[in-house]
Amino acid sequence: MFTRRLMLGAAASGLALPAYAQNRGNPIRVACAGPMTGSNAAAGDQMKIGAQQAVADLNARGGVLGRQLALSIEDDACDPRQAVSVANKLAGQRVAMVAGHYCSGSSIPASAVYREEGVLQISPASTNPKYTDEGGWNTFRVCGRDDQQGQVAGAYIARVFKEKRVAVLHDNSAYGKGLADETKKAMNAAGKQESIYSAYTPGERDYSAIVSRLKQERVEVIYVGGYYTEAGLIIRQAKEQGLNATLIGGDALVTNEFWSITGAAGEGSLMTFSSDPRKRATAASVVQGFRARNVDPEGYVLYTYGAMQIWAAAAAKAQSVDARKVADTLKRQGPWNSVLGSTAFTPKGDVTVPDYVFYVWRNGTYAEM
Amino acid sequence: MAYALQQLINGVSLGMIYGLIAVGYTMVYGIIGMINFAHGDVFMVGAFVSLITVLLLGIGGGAAGPGALLLVLLAAMAVTALYGWTVERVAYRPLRGSFRLAPLISAIGMSILLQNYVQVAQGARVKPTGTLVPGGVTLMQSEGFNVQFSYVQMLICVVTLGVLAGFTLLVTRTPLGRAMRACEQDRKMAALLGIDTDRIISLTFVIGAALAAVAGCMYLLRYGVIDFYIGFLAGVKAFTAAVLGGIGSLPGAVLGGLLIGLIETFWSAYFSAQYKDVAAFSILILTLVFMPTGLLGRQEVEKV
Repeated sequence: MFTRRLMLGAAASGLALPAYAQNRGNPIRVACAGPMTGSNAAAGDQMKIGAQQAVADLNARGGVLGRQLALSIEDDACDPRQAVSVANKLAGQRVAMVAGHYCSGSSIPASAVYREEGVLQISPASTNPKYTDEGGWNTFRVCGRDDQQGQVAGAYIARVFKEKRVAVLHDNSAYGKGLADETKKAMNAAGKQESIYSAYTPGERDYSAIVSRLKQERVEVIYVGGYYTEAGLIIRQAKEQGLNATLIGGDALVTNEFWSITGAAGEGSLMTFSSDPRKRATAASVVQGFRARNVDPEGYVLYTYGAMQIWAAAAAKAQSVDARKVADTLKRQGPWNSVLGSTAFTPKGDVTVPDYVFYVWRNGTYAEM
Repeated sequence: MAYALQQLINGVSLGMIYGLIAVGYTMVYGIIGMINFAHGDVFMVGAFVSLITVLLLGIGGGAAGPGALLLVLLAAMAVTALYGWTVERVAYRPLRGSFRLAPLISAIGMSILLQNYVQVAQGARVKPTGTLVPGGVTLMQSEGFNVQFSYVQMLICVVTLGVLAGFTLLVTRTPLGRAMRACEQDRKMAALLGIDTDRIISLTFVIGAALAAVAGCMYLLRYGVIDFYIGFLAGVKAFTAAVLGGIGSLPGAVLGGLLIGLIETFWSAYFSAQYKDVAAFSILILTLVFMPTGLLGRQEVEKV
């Protein structure tokens, strides 16, 4: 009896404590959630660095609405189930906003939890259109969408490879097929028809049959909606079969592992990715701060930093950290200045200006074209 | 015509690798009547040992000489054979004489163990090498289509046929082969006649693992990219090949492997690539409906 009462008491105080923390002048709790372990841990690490620095910088300038920020870091390992339990945990801590997650497959299920619990979510990296299309009032992202990416790729192919024969391949995944279809749509709209449109099975190693088919169709450009392993194998096997085609892919190819698979066969491969925020004037001082500490703010560091900054600016304008009020302010007002430049949001929570540019692989490294 | 020839080359070199793995399934089934589900992962171990040897020899960057490749092949066969022996000793022998499902479950357990062990020890990321056997010959040219027969595809065909020929000689012409066939027909009777059946079964696993290592090595040379998970898909395909050819039959396993490779390739060549597995498995089902023992399988005779 005694233990039961004790437990009830503990539970009650556990519930009451966060509310108390929010209402008095205590710190505002914010969070960063992403893959801190697992095969995407490199990206999670970037997010963590960005979030920590953003919170430190904001606190140094007096915090938000006169209150300091406290940061929680959570690991979802890019696993949708773990993402949901992380979301529940953060909701239990009554965080005001979450900068995360990384994988679309994590961001989408987590956003439903955040919506019910009244938490604002800004993803620095999840590009699947569903995230904001099917998400609620609380979902935002500071990166592009796969359909925007497809428009950029499709228009480019139609313009630059007008006279060439183009193949569009995809791996049937939500990301790959979505991206390939958007690219095809944009390309067709610009008056360019593909010679062949086909799916391949991801996870295999032998793509020689498809490659021979491309060779038969005398394809000169291969657009792949899919991840780097399969895309790398396809171009490698194409070169081995004597098919000299140019590979074009999406942001999933922006990893050094692509080159370690293709070797010299990857030379000249193109991909779409957000323009490098490190080069923007608005980020100069922050980038300098990172470099002074021997940290290269690559990949998603600045995207996470920017997500925090934008939220802080909107909260200051809304005079509240209430998620609904901040979400409303984010969408109606703006543009918001951050390291990412000037960002405004659509009613769905996407950025208004899709910011995709082409990168090219040369000698084992990639650079903006 | 040229196109079909190119796809034939693609299909045969893929089917050869399936066939090599399928031989391991069919041998073990022939002798102790169980499906060694860990065999696909033994193949994966073979590929990893090949890769490690390649890196130790420092030839991962580009073309490798024939001596180095032979060394890689032999190292892979030796180490993987040891794995095969250990798997049998640890997971199957203690369960011999237990009920039929027990070794099957321990085989699945062994498969998961090997997969996770390699994942933890070697990391989950894909492991690439450079093109170790570059180049090839152009067989024919028509209407701007070059039929390319790469040296690595030739190597796969030659090595596979050579290994299988040697293996067939071993089974049909040596005392060891005779003992293996005796165990296959009637293990108890073979034991009564003085054959050390445990030793024969161990050797069967060792030989099967060595063949899987050859497949793993060829796979690495051909595709240059491996990870801890390749054993699953290759294992399923090879097992299918063994069943299609008639499980327990050695020529059947090779025939089945070639057929699966060719069906997959030609289906992707002329129809939709995403349905190639559907096509391969539909043909398997149809074959089994009309020929329940597979293409070259023998009818089991009920012993009374």
